[in-house]
Amino acid sequence: MNPLTNKVRGLMDIKRSKDGSQIRFYGDGIPYLKRTKLKGKLIVIEGPDGSGRSSQVELIKNKLESDGHAVTTTGLKRSELIGAGVLAAKQKLPVGQKTLALFYAADFADRLEHHIIPSLEAGSIVIADRYIYTLMARSVVRGISRKWTNDLFGFAIVPDQIFYLDVSPDKLFHRIFQKYSALDYYEAGADMGLADDLFDSFIIYQRRIAREFRRMEKLYGLVAIDANRTMSEVNNDLQTRISSYLNASKI
Amino acid sequence: MEELNRINEKIGDETNLVRVNPQEKTGYPAGALIVVEGIDGSGKSTQLHLLDAWLRHLGVLVYDTGWNSSELVKEITSKGKRKALLTPTTFSLLHATDFADRYERNVYPLLRAGYFVLADRYIYTAYARDTVRGCNPRWVRKMYDFAIRPSLTFYFDVPIDIAVKRIMIGRPKLKYYEAGMDLNLSTDIYESYRIFQSRIMEQYRRMARKENFLVMDATLDIEEQQKKMRRAILPLLRPEVAALASEELVQ
Repeated sequence: MNPLTNKVRGLMDIKRSKDGSQIRFYGDGIPYLKRTKLKGKLIVIEGPDGSGRSSQVELIKNKLESDGHAVTTTGLKRSELIGAGVLAAKQKLPVGQKTLALFYAADFADRLEHHIIPSLEAGSIVIADRYIYTLMARSVVRGISRKWTNDLFGFAIVPDQIFYLDVSPDKLFHRIFQKYSALDYYEAGADMGLADDLFDSFIIYQRRIAREFRRMEKLYGLVAIDANRTMSEVNNDLQTRISSYLNASKI
Repeated sequence: MEELNRINEKIGDETNLVRVNPQEKTGYPAGALIVVEGIDGSGKSTQLHLLDAWLRHLGVLVYDTGWNSSELVKEITSKGKRKALLTPTTFSLLHATDFADRYERNVYPLLRAGYFVLADRYIYTAYARDTVRGCNPRWVRKMYDFAIRPSLTFYFDVPIDIAVKRIMIGRPKLKYYEAGMDLNLSTDIYESYRIFQSRIMEQYRRMARKENFLVMDATLDIEEQQKKMRRAILPLLRPEVAALASEELVQ
């Protein structure tokens, strides 16, 4: 390869990173956004409640900001439009599984279009405190087909990095008990009639969710992070992976 | 797209969310799902009302359902509508949520119990509207994949001028989304409405053959259209009811 070609290529690379890269959807996508260029990066942290997920999001945000990056965080249930309605729907129990799945998808779509995509367009690093994978896992363990769920989220954009904080169920309940002294109804899958008591239900439910996440590791490229370790060990692990990715993509 | 194909290949063709044919699932005699579709002002609701009266007179168990009538997301859509915050994707997902709620709660169980479910608009309204708004038509169809196919779908085809004229007489005040103002078709709300409706009609016409629509000439006399509908429904009735009904139709 002659030096001139290399030089031209180098210039093109700079140009491309200025404009951002083409938006990538999981499936059929959103036709009216297909020309959108994303300058930022989308990093997803998944994991059950008690896995230290929210703390890690906070630590990563602080570190990336101190490195000089613009950072935006986003979670589930935070959409301005639908957020409150999601909670209301949960309290109004007799709602079918497909209805609930679509409702959460609507909530997610609102956040995606009004928060995540604009932030990425502006060049921000977006750290998502859970993404479509939690929503998919919850639906699938409740009997909704994987294919339908996957097709439904065909409008979601493909993240740049996806981490799953993997904690064994016994570590998990100890952490939850130390913090709240009680198990959450939904995080225990208590709506599913899995067991007579909340504790057994929690164990069965979390095992099923974990199995679904293991399946998704292969399908969607989730990287499992051993979160049985201390918070700072987990953070070092995550931070190393994120920094090396950002360095490699020259952000 | 590649992403989706790759994932779907791995998931395989799972169908725990099948389009159940009620007749096949249990021994209970199943009802029938009768749908009317068409743009505003095509006269479909009038025809459905007459059909309803006739079936009740024959002693058939009837349940009426419409579009956008469930309490679940009514509040959100009206809030979103006021602020014009809805994107085509969130709009589509919220309507799907609404539909799923009606479907899981009423339509499907009633069909299984043997009712004649009369639907003023069904999934085809979503196919048409969401596609015109800019959603991916394939994505929309997959989302509604769980909904059972109707026994009969009457599509009321009418020239756009006649339909618009009918609407303008009764209800001259048009709403923002109803007129398709979110699509920036025209700054004049009436002109926008007209263009929006004609695009929806184009979608209906395009899907008519594939979806087995029974196309009704909605410019004909109301009585004449009704007779045609009743004749089409005869084969769905129990033999003894059909015998009685056909006698009446001849008179």
